[in-house]
Amino acid sequence: MLNWTTKEKIIKNILMLFAFSSILFLTGIIIVLFREGAPIFTKVGISEFLFSSDWYPTYDPPGYGIFNLLSASIVVTIGAMVIAVPFGVASAVHISYILPKKYKNIVKPTIEMLAGVPSVIYGLFGMKILSPFLRGVFGLPTGLTALTAMIMLGIMSLPTIVSLSEDAITAVPKSFRDASLALGANRLETMIRVILPTASSGIVTAIILGMGRAIGETMTVLMVAGGASLFPSNILKPVRPMTATIAAEMGEAPVGSEHYQALFGIAIILFLITLVFNIFADIAQQRFKEKVSGE
Amino acid sequence: MENKFTKRKATEKLIFWFLGLMMLSSIAILGIIIFFIFKRGVGVISWEFLISMPMNGMTEGGILPAILGSFYLVTGAILVATPLGVFAAIYMTEYAQKGKLIRIIRIGVSNLSGVPSVVFGLFGLSIFVKYLNFGVSILSGSLTLAIVILPTIIRASEEALMSVPDEYRSSSLALGATKWQTIKHVVLPASIPGILTGCILGVGRVAGETAPIIFTAATFFSMRLPKSVFSEVMALPYNIYALVATGTSPQKQVPIAYGTAVVLLVLVLLINLIAIFMRIKYSNKNAN
Repeated sequence: MLNWTTKEKIIKNILMLFAFSSILFLTGIIIVLFREGAPIFTKVGISEFLFSSDWYPTYDPPGYGIFNLLSASIVVTIGAMVIAVPFGVASAVHISYILPKKYKNIVKPTIEMLAGVPSVIYGLFGMKILSPFLRGVFGLPTGLTALTAMIMLGIMSLPTIVSLSEDAITAVPKSFRDASLALGANRLETMIRVILPTASSGIVTAIILGMGRAIGETMTVLMVAGGASLFPSNILKPVRPMTATIAAEMGEAPVGSEHYQALFGIAIILFLITLVFNIFADIAQQRFKEKVSGE
Repeated sequence: MENKFTKRKATEKLIFWFLGLMMLSSIAILGIIIFFIFKRGVGVISWEFLISMPMNGMTEGGILPAILGSFYLVTGAILVATPLGVFAAIYMTEYAQKGKLIRIIRIGVSNLSGVPSVVFGLFGLSIFVKYLNFGVSILSGSLTLAIVILPTIIRASEEALMSVPDEYRSSSLALGATKWQTIKHVVLPASIPGILTGCILGVGRVAGETAPIIFTAATFFSMRLPKSVFSEVMALPYNIYALVATGTSPQKQVPIAYGTAVVLLVLVLLINLIAIFMRIKYSNKNAN
């Protein structure tokens, strides 16, 4: 029989191993991506890979330039944010600051519930309902365009942005509001001069996380963006963002081939972009915590 | 003075009204999407649709294999992710001292939760399907999905453990219990509802995930139900995608896709609703 101190120590160490599982998986993902994808960088060259717009993985000679795919991802994400940020932040302000509590207790859970709607459902709606509608409105040959992807991604990011921004605004201490009101400011002035500036870094965190979700979103863009690897110069034309390229082509790329490596190469770029987003979100979150704690 | 005061008041009213309009339209847009999916899909659903096998290359029949497939994948993912996540959370809240170590673990969790779902799919393909040779199977898909929801479960468990009052711990320790005995008999039982809520949220998320299972588990059409964990499976979300994106006879297949979407949507919304209610109830209990 082990004595209890040894037993406690063993348990502690086993639990520590579990705690490192996330780090382990994250490291595993990085290793796998680079092991499978890095060869394409040495073969093609990083600048050629990033800045050439010839994505012809199955041609002879093949082209492995992802500039159009990368641009498509960026343009679609920006478009989605142009839609989601005003609606999302305005909703969050209204829910946390203006809406009476009895309604808030209904609206907030509803939005959290909607945050769980799977992306493939948005994809189905975008493909079969929004896209024919847009084709009719703009008289296009196809309704599967960058704009369709922007609208669907924007709508998808709404619940995330609303929910997190609302948390940020609600976290502003009530004493800040009371102080401002006591000095004679009305509720609007208090909101603009006191509440929003305090909550701003929390709202920024929400927006960055929404952007990260949008740029990494796969099924919706795969289904609605149209899939042509064109430069996104016109949002009424089809595009092929990075995630859609990986999902659409992985099935037909033989394991270990250059095409396979190039798709992992795209995943490396995608991973690095989301990593940067996460780091910025983390910094903004930290700043927010300091501000709210009144330091 | 009087005039300026009313103007201030009017501006305030106008802007608040505008914000309310934005809020209502946001909810309306999300509601419209769900409404349309239901409107087109509810007519397809019947008992037959839920409990029979697909026929004629997925142009007729039901979606039983997709329902069961999703069930297997989700169950597998939860069985793997829950112990991992709960034990990780126990270490983070009960043992780790504030400092660099815990900061690194937190960064790991938050970055893992930001990884795009398609990247998890590639990881699963490379490690589980190819390297460990599990093939395209329930096992590979479940393990991949387990990694996808690990951060959700860790966060929920952490929150649940932290909401247990410190008096519980000190009372147990004062009675002579060891730290692990305290955790096992006092802290963990008190945090079960919170952990459960996290797991339910995880189920809701993972049931709808498509990109991680495209290359690791899913197949479009199968005549038989899976035999073992090494069989490939049909799954609800993948079925929707495959029917509309690669289906060859849209007139017959698109309605089936809508039907499948309604089944998935009802499941996911219901699961989320349960989790949210549990959380509200539980946090009220703690507040009292």
